[in-house]
Amino acid sequence: MTGSSRYGVIRTPGGLSLRFRPRALVVAGGCLLLALALGVLLIGSGDFPMSPPDVVRTLLGNGAPADSLIVNQIRLPRVGTALAVGAALGLAGAIFQSLVRNPLGSPDMLGFSQGAATGVLAGIVLAGGGGLAVAGGAVGGGLLTGVLVYAVAGRHGAHGQRLILVGVGVAAILTGVNGYLLTRAKITDAARAVLWLTGSLDGRDWGDSGPLLVALAVLGPVVLVFCGRALRMLEMGDDAAHGLGVPIERVRLILLAAAVLLASFAAAAAGPVAFVALSAPQLARRLTRTAGPNLLPAACMGAALMVAADWVAQRAFPGHQLPVGVVTGLLGGGYLVWLLVTERRTGRI
Amino acid sequence: MTIRQHPTSGGTASPSDGPPLSGTETGGAAANGAASAGTALSDTVPGAAGDGTAGNGAAGNGARPPRLVGEGLTLAYDKRTIAEGLDVAVPDRSFTVIVGPNACGKSTLLRALARILKPAAGTVVLDGERIGAWPAKKLARTLGLLPQSSIAPEGITVADLVARGRYPHQGLLRQWSREDERVVAESMAATGVADLAERAVDELSGGQRQRVWIAMALAQQTPLLLLDEPTTYLDIAHQIEVLDLCADLHESGRTVVAVLHDLNHAARYATHLIALRDGRIAAEGAPGEVVTAELVREVFRLPCRVIEDPETGTPLVVPAARR
Repeated sequence: MTGSSRYGVIRTPGGLSLRFRPRALVVAGGCLLLALALGVLLIGSGDFPMSPPDVVRTLLGNGAPADSLIVNQIRLPRVGTALAVGAALGLAGAIFQSLVRNPLGSPDMLGFSQGAATGVLAGIVLAGGGGLAVAGGAVGGGLLTGVLVYAVAGRHGAHGQRLILVGVGVAAILTGVNGYLLTRAKITDAARAVLWLTGSLDGRDWGDSGPLLVALAVLGPVVLVFCGRALRMLEMGDDAAHGLGVPIERVRLILLAAAVLLASFAAAAAGPVAFVALSAPQLARRLTRTAGPNLLPAACMGAALMVAADWVAQRAFPGHQLPVGVVTGLLGGGYLVWLLVTERRTGRI
Repeated sequence: MTIRQHPTSGGTASPSDGPPLSGTETGGAAANGAASAGTALSDTVPGAAGDGTAGNGAAGNGARPPRLVGEGLTLAYDKRTIAEGLDVAVPDRSFTVIVGPNACGKSTLLRALARILKPAAGTVVLDGERIGAWPAKKLARTLGLLPQSSIAPEGITVADLVARGRYPHQGLLRQWSREDERVVAESMAATGVADLAERAVDELSGGQRQRVWIAMALAQQTPLLLLDEPTTYLDIAHQIEVLDLCADLHESGRTVVAVLHDLNHAARYATHLIALRDGRIAAEGAPGEVVTAELVREVFRLPCRVIEDPETGTPLVVPAARR
């Protein structure tokens, strides 16, 4: 593949120019199509099966009233939540991995998922709260963990190995705190909390995913449009990025905050779903075969992974549904082992 | 406009900041244009294409004020002070080389001049304005930096890496102009990496990789270029190759500042030498004046003889034999 074909350029007579990588766009579009197709399949499956054309017709507003109730009120919110959670986790993971310059950088590894869980457990156990307490607890816990990790790692340590090590330590502490909170919970609360901790899409409605959709709509463009190019420069090291005119501390703070928020809102909607943030960016980048954070492909890949995992969770054992977090955990754990083996061979971990 | 020929290419012009190098045949090379540098290099410096209109107004030898100045610099990492009350001036259009023993603060000084390190006291002034007040991208269009260690993102190609040097010239809606394309191609040609354009940077040899990084800095099109130990980890042939490239950049009108380990390289290539010891300037000026046996003893604690370089006539440091 030659250099001229790796990039597409659009130029206007007025001197404006846009540059893009066709391959990355194809990968992103392919993942998005796959995610949507799986979503249609998912909506059509269940106790009341529907054919994909029926689903699409109903989604477009031309379905039978009974179909419309099932599709738009029950199943679409769940699939919509899955898409949004997957996209948010994929994007957050791509940002973290790029910032720490390590494929292990993801909210699960850096303690943010655990922090969100602590917030939720505190909400459930101490306040006995409902949906709002869960969502607020997840976001508050994730953000507080972000501040804590950033403060301990230090402004100048907010990249690379140091952030990972601090995050792993914080994650270990919070896991202990979470265990303690569970032992203090009433048995019914504990059962609810454990289900949330696994990561589940069961019974999700627009109220659960609303805040996440808003966060995606606001933070997505900020990250993709305004910070994407600066993030690419940051990958070459702080000094090099500085030399190229990137205000490194400001960009890094914005990106860290955005990634923590995305991961926290995703956790608020579906629980700390494991490994999607870790694997989506790496899979996306292997498909795009381009250096750089690959933010958009990672987000689309995350959405596809999440819907696929939910499909497996619902269909793997007929008559018995699994929480989606179990599926991503099983698949992602295998992926992590494979990553550690291959990256070790190339000497990057 | 003073453009000096490279020492190895014949004569040496009168330095703008001092008398001619001692023991050097002084050719009348001043203002003869960037003859040996090739047009590709001069084209990449805006307003430095040998027509005498560039610069900041001053004309003629010795009258050009320095563009980059450090005044009363106290440099420290956290609580550890590296240098105190340091005054430095980089002469315009010079090839300034900073030398000194390990941990003398030479890289620290370069980092302060590039605004990576904020001085604990004192100011760095670029073109008459405090460097801290420069907007990040504008600074990156004026002052380029080759850090000691940069990370080539996994799998990136040479052309992609060099293209990143255009970042300070680009914007949200101006991502890849024809100008960008032209400058990147020229920068790769000038550094001799055009043939490697589609190769992955990871696969290249150390010398090739360093030339790629220099090409990236070149694509930034800055009149000032700061290089932190550009020859470290390279074998002797690649060291000379990189230094020749730096000399070419200097001849094409850029002000080049480099931190170097090798005193003999510094003496051969520099037009202005700054010798640091314990965060202080031990000596500064033209290498022919500055590099003496006493200075080497004082700065490096090394007994030596200084003879004339048979190739260039510049000072050559020969360490004393063990017995």
